[in-house]
Amino acid sequence: MGNVGASEVPQLIGPDGLRIDGRRVDELRALRVVAGPLKRADGSAFVEWGANKVMAAVYGPREVHPRHLQVNDKAIVQCRYNMAAFSVDERKRPGLDRRSQEISKVIAEAFESVVFAEEFPRTSIDVYIEVLQANAGTRCAGIVAASVALADAGIPMVDLLPSVAVGKVGGHIVLDLKKEEDNFGEADLPMALVPQSGRLVLLQMEGHMTASELGRALDLGVTGCRAIYEKMKQALRDRYSVDPPQAMAEAAA
Amino acid sequence: MSGEVAAEILTTHVLELARDGRRLDGRGLDEYRAVTLEPGYVASADGSALVHIGDTTVLCGVKLEPGKPFPDTPNAGVLTTNAELVPLSSPSFEPGPPHPRAIEVSRVVDRALRAAESIDLKGLCVTPAEKCWTCFVDIHVLDHAGNIIDAAALAASTALTHTTMPRVRFELGDTDIPLAVKHVAIETTFCRLGDALVVDPTVDEEMACQGRLTIATDEAANIVAMQKGLVGAFAPQEVKELAERAFQHGDRLRAQIKSVGR
Repeated sequence: MGNVGASEVPQLIGPDGLRIDGRRVDELRALRVVAGPLKRADGSAFVEWGANKVMAAVYGPREVHPRHLQVNDKAIVQCRYNMAAFSVDERKRPGLDRRSQEISKVIAEAFESVVFAEEFPRTSIDVYIEVLQANAGTRCAGIVAASVALADAGIPMVDLLPSVAVGKVGGHIVLDLKKEEDNFGEADLPMALVPQSGRLVLLQMEGHMTASELGRALDLGVTGCRAIYEKMKQALRDRYSVDPPQAMAEAAA
Repeated sequence: MSGEVAAEILTTHVLELARDGRRLDGRGLDEYRAVTLEPGYVASADGSALVHIGDTTVLCGVKLEPGKPFPDTPNAGVLTTNAELVPLSSPSFEPGPPHPRAIEVSRVVDRALRAAESIDLKGLCVTPAEKCWTCFVDIHVLDHAGNIIDAAALAASTALTHTTMPRVRFELGDTDIPLAVKHVAIETTFCRLGDALVVDPTVDEEMACQGRLTIATDEAANIVAMQKGLVGAFAPQEVKELAERAFQHGDRLRAQIKSVGR
């Protein structure tokens, strides 16, 4: 996968069945979700997932720029997924490359599938994702962050969108690839799930998989998404839940 | 599809037909339009193919030139895939920098060619870390009547199987030899229309659709690439069923490419 001629392929799954970072094949990296870290945005979220650090902000519904993109009977969702120049080992040229533009497109389409766009005609819901530190799975981390940011902005949605990449590494179907597994594995399959309906609104894949491996990968990804979903909801609870006695005391003061 | 306006009466009609298992052009839900492949269409290219899927027309030209390997892959040649949605092919395509839609087509086709190892990139290396062949796959969409991803991929695969390495022109050999194509990747695109999942959508169906899924297969029963696009959703079970359908269409279209082989 994109590493034709690479000098050496490390052993990614050890004889004990564990991965290079000691995880089982069905185990997620450590995931921390924080809702509302940014002050100026209408909604925001920060996600630290393994060695990924991703910030998302949501603005809107607001006027559409450029104007000609405006749609008369619903809101549009615009997304900008961007990687910081310093987010990868070798400095990345700043700005949106073709990969970033494609990812922005599929993420915008995923969110447009779940927001109640018809409630805000002629407006834009702008989703900004900044990858600050990258270690595979940044689009998934971006979707997780953007979902929480959309909820933080009060945008009505069918559901949050948990997202994860599954893949094939050393012949095994594994959950949540890290960089080495992404670079040297046999397949990579990022997805985003609508937990309410059990349907996928983002699905991409590259590599080699048989039909039966695809089936197992999808099932593993759905299970992973459901675990991530719980962390996303908890992040929103942490931000918005109030302790009733303390709130009353504050109101009285 | 932004920019192009879909008449609601047409969209509704397309969805109602699909509910009854029918389509606007009379096809069955799993019926692909007629495909014609015309390799060698452009004499100035090292390989080329004009492909029709129904009214959709796509031209692919392949050019090979000496270049420098990427530092991280010193022993491999370079493959570059680019798709142009030129303004003559649709009222909704405008001149200017590449639209995300065009970038998506390029990248989805590129992914299938690369993941399937269509061409042996190591075989394109001339001197490690110094000199290699760069293979430019340029795709021009000429008439957009729907399903340009499949058409672009078909054009690319057909053109590559008819590509000659111009070794004499660049003084890299005494004779020109055919470019070795190891695997033929075929993309098969489906659209959701209500509960119906139709193959090879037309423009009217794409504008009515509630999600698009492209699945690329190779001849060894591997799925090599996938892309879900547009607004909409698919259940995992549906993805599994569509993969089976993609293998059937893929095998049929691969046989057709082989039938026009050199």
